Amino acid sequence: MPMKIGNANFHERVETNLHNTFMRGAVAGAQERLHTRRLEAAKELGNWEEWRALGEEIRQHTLENLDYYLMQLSENVAKRGGHVFFAQTAEEANNYIRDVVIRKKAKKIVKSKSMVTEEINLNAVLEAAGCEVIETDLGEYILQIDDHDPPSHIVAPALHKNKEQIRDVFREKLGYKQTEKPEELALHARKTLRREYLTADIGITGCNFAIAESGSITLVTNEGNADLVTALPKTQITVMGMERIVPTFEEMEVLVSLLTRSAVGQKLTSYITVLTGPRDEGDVDGPEEFHLVIVDNGRSNILGTEFQPVLQCIRCAACVNVCPVYRHIGGHSYGSIYSGPIGAVLSPLLGGYDDYKELPYASSLCAACTEACPVKIPLHELLLKHRQVIVEREGKAPISEKLAMKAFGLGAASSFFYKFGSKVAPSALAPFTNDDRISKGPGPLKAWTEIREFPAPNKERFRDWFREHQKGGGK
Amino acid sequence: MQTGTIHNRDKFLQTIADRLGRKQRTERVPRPHWCHQPQWTVFQGYSQDELLEALKAQCPRIHTQCVETTSAELKETLKEVVANHGGGPVVTWDDPRFDEYGLTHLLRDEWPKENTDVHIWDASAGRKNIDFADKANVGITFSDITLAESGTVVLFSGNGKGRTVSFLPKTYIAIVAKSTIVPRMTQAAAYIHEQIEKGHLVPSCINFITGPSNSADIEMNLVVGVHGPMKATYIVVVDR
Repeated sequence: MPMKIGNANFHERVETNLHNTFMRGAVAGAQERLHTRRLEAAKELGNWEEWRALGEEIRQHTLENLDYYLMQLSENVAKRGGHVFFAQTAEEANNYIRDVVIRKKAKKIVKSKSMVTEEINLNAVLEAAGCEVIETDLGEYILQIDDHDPPSHIVAPALHKNKEQIRDVFREKLGYKQTEKPEELALHARKTLRREYLTADIGITGCNFAIAESGSITLVTNEGNADLVTALPKTQITVMGMERIVPTFEEMEVLVSLLTRSAVGQKLTSYITVLTGPRDEGDVDGPEEFHLVIVDNGRSNILGTEFQPVLQCIRCAACVNVCPVYRHIGGHSYGSIYSGPIGAVLSPLLGGYDDYKELPYASSLCAACTEACPVKIPLHELLLKHRQVIVEREGKAPISEKLAMKAFGLGAASSFFYKFGSKVAPSALAPFTNDDRISKGPGPLKAWTEIREFPAPNKERFRDWFREHQKGGGK
Repeated sequence: MQTGTIHNRDKFLQTIADRLGRKQRTERVPRPHWCHQPQWTVFQGYSQDELLEALKAQCPRIHTQCVETTSAELKETLKEVVANHGGGPVVTWDDPRFDEYGLTHLLRDEWPKENTDVHIWDASAGRKNIDFADKANVGITFSDITLAESGTVVLFSGNGKGRTVSFLPKTYIAIVAKSTIVPRMTQAAAYIHEQIEKGHLVPSCINFITGPSNSADIEMNLVVGVHGPMKATYIVVVDR
């Protein structure tokens, strides 16, 4: 699946998803649960703000010295017998991986969850090369067998599906005969996937954190799928976004602690695995051959700009889990594999404003995302910066905003129009008003009031109130 | 060890340096002194007894049974725990600690005589190790370092210490010497970092394992036991 999902425009996507009641309930419930668990995990530590400050400091230092740490990483991987490929573009990364696959005459590939391989659309390339590609993370596996349904959350990709839907997909695609109980569904996936691990030719993983000092990669899962993907096939290919690196084990440890707490409220997930090169001589499990593909794909364009802090991201989705906009419109509305506030900042940078100019506006700028971020990315400020760039440099503000601003400009510029407008507004909007709220507004208010209410204009205008107040008769 | 290859590095790193508006950094970058270091304050000054209590308190939260025993009782405890999990087949690391802890007799004689299949990891047997582990009911390893805060056992891979012993069987049992318990991941990471600074090679695989495999991908319901073990038990040897 490429980074961009589908061809519908932003408003069509939002429209569709607003009417998906199960999805909206599931998202609200999941947000609630993950948010509470994160707060509890942070509270247990007591000094969460210090942890965040440390996380930010580590990420900033690493980005400032990124070329050095990538140099050190690649040297150390090669010293341990691994191969490193630096890919400027998605195409370069895909071509290299395809060449390895062809050279190994691979037919079956197992994968553990990786956002960057989604971003570069690797699976399509592998399938075109004649390979069977199997996603092994349970959520990703469900989406894959359901005719490549797109992910809707960075950490819980199948969040938008209920267990009955999953049961039906299993019945149709896997000949599953049991009930919708999650335990039974998971057990079936366990049995099916176990055979795949044991017979796969190549294992492909993402990378949570590479460690420069030792040439290692760190994988964080609860299921243990990344461990089987890397322990059983003879060849391992790991694909990493170029910024996903730390200097030493000591910084890896801090960031893993921030990641697992922020993502799922766990002190550590069940499996944190640090792999260095291929297996050692005399080892029985682990790959004979190891390739590390380091991907730029637009990231270097962010370096040195006002948007650089977005590269601090450790993909925990804490911002997604507190976002009131995501809560209403769900992950699919973003039209990108990166959803929520981080997606609204990152997608336009990696995928361009043409496809993603609406995303920075899909935000109430409430700053809950910034407050939740464990590495202190100023997400809501970056969203504002995007809006600035869109209007000033690109001249691409969404049409509705242009019209609204124009109308407001016209109305506010002339004192007659302003007085007239604010005077007639209450009665003009009266048919849409209910208990001082507007829930189905006309014209420019329509898009807003489809997902939330708008306060009705006050019957007493500020100007009138102020005049009365000065006379000493105001409320 | 044969050195691997590196492709396209120079242009890639030059682009980064250009973007950051400076020359490429090739000289060692000194590690900064981080202004905040809250990770060291967790369980600071705890005794081994207090760390063990913290570990025990964490175990129910990670769906893991924690059993205390002494080196004299270890063999009987292990037999009992394995029996409670439904018996063999059993797969273990080839690790001198099994001998040091007086378990060789159990693995090589007692269990086989009771018709409990035991496979001790044997590098020369190649793939057969994995086939056995796949069918095993129980996998047993020692914990190299144990983290009290998260309830984590840390395993360093090596020739006799197959990675899949802790992943493929239905049940995973870790034998934990009380002396290996440290406050949290910080101490383990510092130890590994120190080894690297001294020029030692890190093991090709280091596992931080915290309870059994699990997933919440279906409607956020926690399911314990997905790809890896469905159950986990830590046996803490209190006099080691």
